[in-house]
This record gives sequence, C-alpha cells and structure tokens, in this order.
Amino acid sequence: MLLIRCPWCGPRDEVEFGYGGAAHVAYPADPDALTDAEWAEYVFVRDNPKGPFAERWVHSAGCRRWFDAVRDTVTHEFLEAP
Amino acid sequence: MRLPTGGRLDRSTPIEFTVDGVTRTGYPGDTLASALLANGVRQVGRSAYLGRARGIVAAGVEEPNALVQVGPEPMVPATTVELVDGLVAETLSGRGRLAEPNRGRYDKKYVHCDVLVVGGGPAGLAAAVAARRSDGRVILADEQQELGGSLLSTPDPSLPVLPDDVQVLTSATVFGYYDHNYLAIAQRRPTGGRLWHVRAKRVVLATGAHERPLVFADNDRPGVMLASAVRTYLNRYAVLAGRRVVVCTTNDSAYRTAVDLLAAGAEVLVADTRAEVPAVAADVLAAGGEVRSATVVGTDGDPEVTAAHLDDGTIVHCDLVAVSGGWNPVLALHSQAGGRVRFDHELSAFVPDGGRQANTSVGSAAGEVDPGPPVWAIAAPDQSWDRHFVDLQRDATVADVLRATGAGLRSAEHVKRYTTIGTAHDQGKTAGVATLGVLATALGVDTPSPTTFRPPYTPVSFALFAGRDRGELHDPARVTPIHEWHLEAGARFEDVGQWKRPWYYPRDGEDMTAAVLRECTAARTGVAMMDASTLGKIEVVGPDAPEFLNRMYTNAFAKLPVGSARYGMMCKPDGMVFDDGVVLRLADDRYLTTTTTGNAAAVLDWFEEWLQTEWPDLRVYCTSVTEQWSTIAVVGPRSRDVIASIADVDLAFMTFVDTTLTTGVKARIARISFSGELAYEVNVSGWDALATWEAIHAAGAPHGITPYGTETMHVLRAEKGFPIIGQDTDGTVTPIDLGMDWIVSKRKSFVGKRSLRRPDTARPDRKQLVGLLPVDPDALLPEGAQLVADASDLTPPVPMLGHVTSSYRSAALGRTFALALVKSGRDRLGQVVHAPLGDRVIAATVVEPVFYDPEGTRRDG
Repeated sequence: MLLIRCPWCGPRDEVEFGYGGAAHVAYPADPDALTDAEWAEYVFVRDNPKGPFAERWVHSAGCRRWFDAVRDTVTHEFLEAP
Repeated sequence: MRLPTGGRLDRSTPIEFTVDGVTRTGYPGDTLASALLANGVRQVGRSAYLGRARGIVAAGVEEPNALVQVGPEPMVPATTVELVDGLVAETLSGRGRLAEPNRGRYDKKYVHCDVLVVGGGPAGLAAAVAARRSDGRVILADEQQELGGSLLSTPDPSLPVLPDDVQVLTSATVFGYYDHNYLAIAQRRPTGGRLWHVRAKRVVLATGAHERPLVFADNDRPGVMLASAVRTYLNRYAVLAGRRVVVCTTNDSAYRTAVDLLAAGAEVLVADTRAEVPAVAADVLAAGGEVRSATVVGTDGDPEVTAAHLDDGTIVHCDLVAVSGGWNPVLALHSQAGGRVRFDHELSAFVPDGGRQANTSVGSAAGEVDPGPPVWAIAAPDQSWDRHFVDLQRDATVADVLRATGAGLRSAEHVKRYTTIGTAHDQGKTAGVATLGVLATALGVDTPSPTTFRPPYTPVSFALFAGRDRGELHDPARVTPIHEWHLEAGARFEDVGQWKRPWYYPRDGEDMTAAVLRECTAARTGVAMMDASTLGKIEVVGPDAPEFLNRMYTNAFAKLPVGSARYGMMCKPDGMVFDDGVVLRLADDRYLTTTTTGNAAAVLDWFEEWLQTEWPDLRVYCTSVTEQWSTIAVVGPRSRDVIASIADVDLAFMTFVDTTLTTGVKARIARISFSGELAYEVNVSGWDALATWEAIHAAGAPHGITPYGTETMHVLRAEKGFPIIGQDTDGTVTPIDLGMDWIVSKRKSFVGKRSLRRPDTARPDRKQLVGLLPVDPDALLPEGAQLVADASDLTPPVPMLGHVTSSYRSAALGRTFALALVKSGRDRLGQVVHAPLGDRVIAATVVEPVFYDPEGTRRDG
C-alpha cells in the first residue's frame, strides 16, 4: 500500500488514488496530421522503465485533482515532490 | 511427563480439553501442544503423503507436524493454540476443512505510529523501551499470548517493564510487510480476530530466529524434537519431553537445553558434530551429563524413538533426540520489505544485508545467534537418502532434492517447484535453509542462494480479511427513492454496478419469461413505466461546455438548440466505444449528459481527466447529479394520454421542457425513446420521486399502465437494434462496427477519431453488430454462444466468427431473436451461422439488427 503525497491533501493511502500511467504524453495538437505509426505511438506505446518514472495520479477519493509524480519503479519510492 | 513444579502455568484451575475424542487435563498457560506432551502424547496426525507417524517437533509457529482443526479454524499448529477450558481439536494429516458458517467476530483497525516493534522477545522489549524514550507513538506486536519470546524458555526469566504508553498487541502476528512501511497484523481474539493495518514511520524487526533440524535417516520419527523446543517445554510449561535424551548439535545453544534437562532429572548425552567439543561442555559434565564429538546418523523406534545411532557405531537407547542444526534468523518481514540477505558462513545461515525501507533488524533476527558449521545432510551407513526428511509437511527428502538436481535443475526456485519443498502450510520455516544447503552441496557450491519471502508469514484466515464486509455489508447497495414501491410490487431485482434495479415484476404464477412478455406487450400496445433513476447524470457547465462536448462525443453538440436532446456516443483514443447516452441542452452554457448506469463514475472521471490534464484552458466544470434527479420513463402508444393527465406539455421528439406537474411538483419532461415507442422521461427531484411515480401509476391505471424492469427494457431496445455499451460491446468495438456511421462526425475532431482510419480499425472483416433470427423460432441462443459458419465438422481448429451478445424472446415478433458480433457480419446478411452448444447446434440467419418498426413510425404514437 503506497503512501502517496497529494499536492493538495498531503500523504494518503494508495487506495484513494487512481493511476494515470506515464506523464508528459500530450494529446497531439492535430491528430489528423499524424501518420498511422505516429498516432499508434501516442495511443499504444509507453515507456516501462526500471527506475525513475514520471507518472500521473488522480486523488479520486479525495480532492479529485490530477498531478504528476516521479516514482522509482523498483523501490516504489517517490523521488520528487510533484 | 508434567513436572510437579515450575512453568508459567496457573495450576490452581485445571482445565479439560479434548483431542480426537479423548479428554485430558491441562492448565491455563499451556498450549495445546504442551498439554499433549504433558499427558505423554507426542504423536500427531500422520504425514500427508507417506502416512508416516509424526510427532510434535517445535514449540512455535514453525511447527511442521502438529496441525489441528479447532472449530472452524483448519490447519492450526497445536504449538500456537492457547489452551482454554473445553477446547476441542482434531489432529490432521495435511488437510483441514472449512466449517460454515464461521460465526467469529472479525474487525479491522487502521493505525499510524512512529515505531512499530515486531517481536516481544529480549531484543524487541529492549527496542520498545528505547524507542519510547526518544520517539512518539510506539506499538509492540508479538505473536504469542505473553511477551518475552525466548526469555520465557529460560528457567527464571525476568522481563523488562515496558512504559505504560507503549501499545502492546499480544497474540498478534505481523504477517505482511508492504510498501512504504505498511504492515498487516493478524490478532487472535477469543471470539474471532482483529486485522490491524499499520503505517509506521520506522519498524524494528525483532523477529527472532528459528532452530534448524538435522537431516539424518529417520529424522522424522516421533521423539525427534528441536533442542530449543525441548527447553521451552521444560521451562515454560514444566513438561519433560524425555527422560533419556540424546542432544545432537552443531553449535553451543543446545548445551543450555542439556543443562536444564539434567537439572530436571533426565539422563543426557550430547553428541556435538564438531571435531572439538566447546568450553560450554564443562557445564554439562558438571551436571552429570556426557558429551561426545559425534553425530546422530539414524534412529530406531516403533514408531517413537527408542535409540539413536551415532557415527562412531554406538547405539544409544533413548526416548528423545533433541537436535540443533543451527539457527535461521527470521527474515520473512525483512525480505518482504525488499531487504537483501546474504549467507553468513560463521552462522551457516542467511542474515539481513541492508533494508530497503525504514526498518532495522535487531537481536537474533539480525544474526545474533550461536555460530556453527554447516551440517546440511548426514549420510547414513548405507548411503541411502530417502528417509532423510528436509520438509516434513511435504514428505520431501534429500533424495527428492537430488532427483531435482539430477533432472538438471539448479535454481532454488525451480527445485522448490519440482519437489514442492517449502510450499506447505509452514512455508518451509524449518525446511527452507536446510534444503538450500543440501542443494548447494549437490551442486558443489559453497554458498547457498536464498529464495524470496512473500506474505503472509503465517496463514491468515479469509474470515479475518473479510471482517464485517460479509453478506449485506459486502458491498454497499444503492437504491432509488422509488425502491420501496418496487419491493411492495414484488419486483425481482438485478444488480447493475452497486444499484438494485427492478428486473421484472412477476404476477401470481408468472415466471420471468411470462412476466417479460407481458411487460413488453404493454409497452408496445398500451403504456408501461420504468424507474430509470439509476442513469448516470452529469451537468457540464461553462462557456466552453459546447466545445468540450464536441471534443468528447463522436457527434456534435455545440449547435444543439436549448430545449433539445440528442443521443451521443464517446470513444476512447483507440476509437473503441466507451459510453453513450442522451445529452440535454439546458442553456447556452449548460448541458445535462446522461451515462449508462454502470459507467457514471467512469465518465465523470474521464471528463475531469481531459479538462484537468489536456485542456485546462477550457472553462468547464462537471457535477454529478445522478442522485439529485430521479427519472421515470413512461412508454407506449398511450403514454401521451398519461402524461397529459399529470402535466400540460406538448413536446416534439427529442425535446424537453421544465414544467410543474398537476401535483405541484417541479419536473423536467423529455420525449426520449429507448424502445422505439412514443415515450417520455419525467425527471423530478429525488425527494418527489416516489410521489410522482405513484401519481403516474394512478394516472395510467385507466390505461392499464404496467411497471416494467430492466429485462423488458433490454428486449425493447434490442428489438430496435439499440446496443447496450458493455453488453453488445466489449472495448474492441468501434461505432462503425456497431453500424452507427451516422453518429461519427466528419466535420469536427473528437477523441478517438484518428483511430477510426487506422488500418486495423478500418479493416472490412472486423466483427460487426448484426441481428440473428434462429431458424427454429422457438430456439433461444444463449448469450455468449460462439458462432461458426459450418457446424458439420467441429474438429479444432474451427474458424470462429464471433458471439451472441444479446438474446431474447420477443412478444412483438412472436419468436426469439438475438444480437451478435460477427466477423464481416454485414456481408453475411441472409447467411445461416451456427452456435454449437455441446449437445445441440442452433442455426440462425444473419439479419439487419433492427427487428421492429425499422421505419420508425411508432415514435410519435
């Protein structure tokens, strides 16, 4: 059970949060301008690093706000205050 | 063999207990195991696979043999069962049974602390005292009913006094160590148990050490016990486990057992496996015992031990062999927490090698145990290895390990799975390291490699995890404000998410089929009503709400006139249908969107995610109003008459108006149809819902208004070919697959649009939604049935075409029908497909999915 620091509510149990996968994967400004491969990269392909990983969380059972965090996928430690 | 004095027992009140039908006497302070030994009983259930006689080996949770059933609790080590008056137990052979119902009371606690000390032995007690001096809230948890740990096994223990404000949990096993210092504790209580969830700033692991048995021939004979357990039974429970004892040890610790046994009047021979006996041997000699540099290589007995064979050829008559093969620090929690371990050659054991979380191991758990050389397996004179037991519960021997290495296995994890060693109830507490040592020897390596520990440290009952979340409390039930009426009307209910929805309303003698046919007929020929309050409802408000909905839905909402409603569909970025529902425009900057019942929360989350993470520039906010509004659908050719008697409205299709009913209740009435019939949806505040339902029911009485449930709703919509998202779709279906090209805007962008022209998504042979008419009009296809083109040869592999998603009997059609997802379905119109169902095959013709009133003439009544 991770202890996740919500920037608005403070540290709370993982069960209060939803996971949003990799951070910094922006919705393409003009999807129609992308090739099939580029669009597929956006929709389907994500990094799965061993080590620090920037990811998105949402405090679903609290303030309902989304935020970014960096977590070490080996130790589950959160490395940077979001 | 209870001694007349001593032990931590209350001898003033003898208590009776019954094992396998025989009643005996013990004392408060006993465990079931100590009470059995006190009565001269040391044999327990036979071994699970070989049926060999087995006895009590240990005095704690590591006990591999003495498993008993106590009431509803299966597979409890007798060494951990507190003796209480009237206790009834039954010995087991490898398998218990669940007793239903378990009437125990189980609760959960959630706490935080600054320091959690695991283990109340000498190291844990010292840590708790020290922690209290410097830190804040301290919790000390110990698995036994009394604090003291190994101190309780000494002749005259003096226990440190804990500060009052240390919270002490006894009979409380810390069984799981999870991320970020989150630990779980199973606490046994007389009437059930308590599950503690603890978040600790720091954790002190004072989990002690388990003694290793020695692996010689017939080492599983009753009467072979761990030397430390013999000492525990002697000093803590005043039980002399044997009068003529051979102590075989690789280290100094067993000499303490020997000295205490001699003091209690036993004859003792210490066989020390080391070439030179240690200085501590003098204590044994002084007490009248004998010490030899020797090793036990086998035992005699029928089945209990009567003699030990030593490697010098002598045979020593005895009734107890007490063994110590060294000490394993208990690393389970350290390892669960991600800590590393290393093999210590001084101790011949694994020790902690750096924690990953905020924890510290202390005492024996940190490796403060008696050192000794590795003695993994002791050869028998005949060089056989098939009676050298490493895992007593799995009846696994050195021969089994050698069979595994002979088969080419080298990894401990592989050998574990090949031999099942370490996978029994005790998870290898006594077997694990011994096996790893045997494995290392077989492979010719010096250093055994460790395996991974996973929770739970000791078994935890499901009843404890469930706690009070059972039966009605298992999951919250959501009911609409009209629920009581449905109950009184005799409705059968269906669970949709957490909602209890009326499924159908059987009348006297009706089964479900008859009730649904009647309800459908009412909706198609007269008037019927349904509680649709569970539909998800989200108000989307703000100057950019039109733009936002345009981006979320496949069709356009920006130009929807105020006062109008429109059906909409949403996709995920991969182009697959996510949800659908009707959207009402309440004002220029205000919409009311509806969602499927089960998806309301997910849709709100979806909206929020896009607004917060991608388009924070859009001035839009979303509010769930599902609970605020109740919705009553009034459906059928006579619905206009019913509405006219409660409200003065004249509505075109897909429009709505805010009005006041004749009852004085404010309402929003919309003309929306999910059945193809003339239909209205009356929306009122939840507070007014029941009264409004009753008013409509009364107003419809002259027309025979019929309440109907979700099953009839499903049949009516399926007759019109309206898909239900999540039933007729499964996350792999696009709007195009559903044949709903008309809802996909060509002019605007929306989430998922780009995916619809990906080569795979645009493939012509995708599974498409079609209708099926069974060739036999009375044959009902099971939902989920797989479809094939040709059922004459079902030898695999058979090309699969798809599956039935919805299937019903239709009153309007006078026959069965179905919806299905079928590969290239629209190219197969008119063809016959087959559903092989094991004992029969149902053939069905592929048709357009709109079965009823395809021209839409009934919409306006």
